[in-house]
Amino acid sequence: MYSKGLAPLAAAAAVTITTALALVFFYAPNDADQGFVQKIFYIHVPMAIVALCGFVAGGIFGIRHLRSGDRSWDMRSYVAIHLSIILGLAVLITGSIWAKASWGHWWLWDEPVLVSFLVVFLLYCVYYPLRFSIEDPDRQARYSSVFAITAGAFVPLNFIAVRLAEKYTHPRVLSQTGGSMPGEMRLTFLVALVGVALLFVALWKLELTAKHASMQLKKLRNRARVAA
Amino acid sequence: MPALPLDEAGKYVAAAYVVFVALILIYVAIIGAKIARIERQITELVEDDE
Amino acid sequence: MIRTARAILRKDLLIELRTKESVPAMVLFSITVYVLFHFGLDRDSLDGELASGVLWVTMLLAAVIGVTRLFAAEREQGGIDGLLLAPVDRTSLFVAKAAALFLFLTAVELVAVPAFALLLLGPGLGGAFPELLAILALGNLGVAAVGALVAALAAETRARELIVPLLLLPLLVPLLIACAQATEPLMRQDAGPEDLGRWLSVLTLYDVVFVLLSVAVFDFLLED
Repeated sequence: MYSKGLAPLAAAAAVTITTALALVFFYAPNDADQGFVQKIFYIHVPMAIVALCGFVAGGIFGIRHLRSGDRSWDMRSYVAIHLSIILGLAVLITGSIWAKASWGHWWLWDEPVLVSFLVVFLLYCVYYPLRFSIEDPDRQARYSSVFAITAGAFVPLNFIAVRLAEKYTHPRVLSQTGGSMPGEMRLTFLVALVGVALLFVALWKLELTAKHASMQLKKLRNRARVAA
Repeated sequence: MPALPLDEAGKYVAAAYVVFVALILIYVAIIGAKIARIERQITELVEDDE
Repeated sequence: MIRTARAILRKDLLIELRTKESVPAMVLFSITVYVLFHFGLDRDSLDGELASGVLWVTMLLAAVIGVTRLFAAEREQGGIDGLLLAPVDRTSLFVAKAAALFLFLTAVELVAVPAFALLLLGPGLGGAFPELLAILALGNLGVAAVGALVAALAAETRARELIVPLLLLPLLVPLLIACAQATEPLMRQDAGPEDLGRWLSVLTLYDVVFVLLSVAVFDFLLED
């Protein structure tokens, strides 16, 4: 059920990411200020955007779960959040590398994307202990969905607040402003973004398939044990 | 801070992309292990049945 | 619904008045933290951003105590089952708990804010008092709504005391940002509001989102 379309999706993701990598290193021009280091932008920002969408999607799946009572929505929510947390960790690490390379410090409080991500990451890390400390599977799913919805609503609010708190005197150091990005860079960025998004959906389907199969198997084993 | 010279910058960029690739590979490995476990359990079930 | 909420609220307030468990602890905690900051920062008086930050961070940490204890009465005496058996709308439970938390926070602030002014605040509170009240009111509302939600989320888990701060504090970051930024210009030597409209709007947005969300979602918690 979940693996429908997985193979072509994975292939599309592979092709897009390879194209993006080629564009990054052979096509996009070097940034005037940051030089070669700016290339990290093409991996850091797409991952950030996809992770944020993943968290919001987790919240939407949570809403579907609560409204329908169908636990498969909770599973979709769990996997989306789980993948976004991993991506979020990568965002923090690549952001830190970028900060060190272009500004000399391993962390920058002036970068709203990085700072928002730290807060979001800290929040979502609590998802696991919360979820797995509840034993009853029905309640576990329900409480997880409530968390997913709350945290999903929190993500945009947090981003807004952190952005507004940016001091006026410090210019945004790491990000590119959309307007002044030359066409080649913008194209490369879009391809990278699509590639990471496709990768996310492919991995999401892959994990869902594995989880689903594992659950079906457990049901079968229980039935076999009862019959014996 | 002026832009880093290419050889130094290269290391940082490479590190960032390595993080990305490592993430994908580790993830696929974990799912692979899960599928292997499922396969093993299915074999067990089939054997029990016979 | 209002009647049920009011009844539950009255019960909670009566319990608190009689046992005095949450509010005095939160006040004591706040003052202790002010003392900690005095020693930690090695400062006799604070103003501007430092003052604003110390005040609000202390407030949020004290709120954690209140939130952890929010469903304590129900847990200890099994009152939750009674509530759940009765044909009572979960929403009224949320309203009652959030209102109780709001009142507790206000009570704590009645003592903690003057204490802060006394112990640590250089310029004194007179500068822009009504604005400070507005910020406190909106801030308390947000903490009350989010706090009640988190309290319910953590109510059934085994590691409640750990989960509450870990959940509550990140969720309150936007509120903290807005409150601290809004309060900072009120605590300078030449006190006067700055950008107040912007931060109050952010606070209001935060409050609206989380009140609506908590009301919508509360029905699915504490259900058995």
